[in-house]
Amino acid sequence: MAEMHSAEEIKAHVRVYLYVFGALAVLTIVTVAVGYYHLPIVPALIVALVIAVIKGGLVASYFMHLMTEKRLIYWLLIMTVVFLLAMFAIVVSAFHSQEGVHLVP
Amino acid sequence: MEIPYTVKARPDTGVYNAKLGIWLFLASEIMLFGGLFSAYIFLRIGAPAWPGEIEGHLYVHASEVLNVPMAALNTFILIGSSVTVVMAWASLMMNRFDRFRLFMGATILLAFAFLVVKSIEYGTKFEHGLYPWESNFLGIYFVLTGLHALHVIGGIVVNGYFLGPGSKLWKTNPQYFTNRIEIAGLYWHFVDIVWIFLFPTIYLL
Repeated sequence: MAEMHSAEEIKAHVRVYLYVFGALAVLTIVTVAVGYYHLPIVPALIVALVIAVIKGGLVASYFMHLMTEKRLIYWLLIMTVVFLLAMFAIVVSAFHSQEGVHLVP
Repeated sequence: MEIPYTVKARPDTGVYNAKLGIWLFLASEIMLFGGLFSAYIFLRIGAPAWPGEIEGHLYVHASEVLNVPMAALNTFILIGSSVTVVMAWASLMMNRFDRFRLFMGATILLAFAFLVVKSIEYGTKFEHGLYPWESNFLGIYFVLTGLHALHVIGGIVVNGYFLGPGSKLWKTNPQYFTNRIEIAGLYWHFVDIVWIFLFPTIYLL
């Protein structure tokens, strides 16, 4: 960060980092515990992805300081997500367009 | 020629140049891993069973093939290392170079610990004849986790450089060095985030 922070501010940050670590650890345990229940694929997928998005969001927001980042970086990431989803959409539509083709077990 | 805007933010972007650079790089990395994740989705929705048949056995849960406790341990190791690398940066912000060395050293040790656990996992797979070419499941498992492990090795090299010879910069230009550690940290957190998505996707679903 180009702008200087006071030692007090950094100390407050450090406390937040430890809380985030605690939250990440708890969410990891939840992920593993839910995994052992072998839920049907759709609810399992939703639970796993929601927890992963929360964990990834915590790391990005606090450890990567995205909470206080400049607008340019936000735009860059929004564009990345758009392209990523477009790529996923291409793959899924390619799969559906081969309907009628028998999948070999 | 001096590199511009290594310390001060560039007026039009609002960030120092390396920060925009690392985020552009990470955007390309998101597309790289995203491409492989979409390959995983494609293989999976087309498969009659997942993980499916491997060497004559039909597996219906990934956890029957893969070692979930070891991967969970690796998740804790990586999120721990994310904390230590951000603490390394915070130590520099507080002018504590001694603590920076401690936290950066811990980050590198945790990265090695991750690789040790991963290689034990790989070793067990190979002992049981579970190679990447045995099935689509094993193929995508080894490609995704292997590429991720290469990124961990890359992180060890970069962080090792800043703990060792690269740390001389602290004496001549502490703010520049602190920014470099922030950049190295951003990369390391990204490696952590990739694992956060890989772990449930491959091991638990």
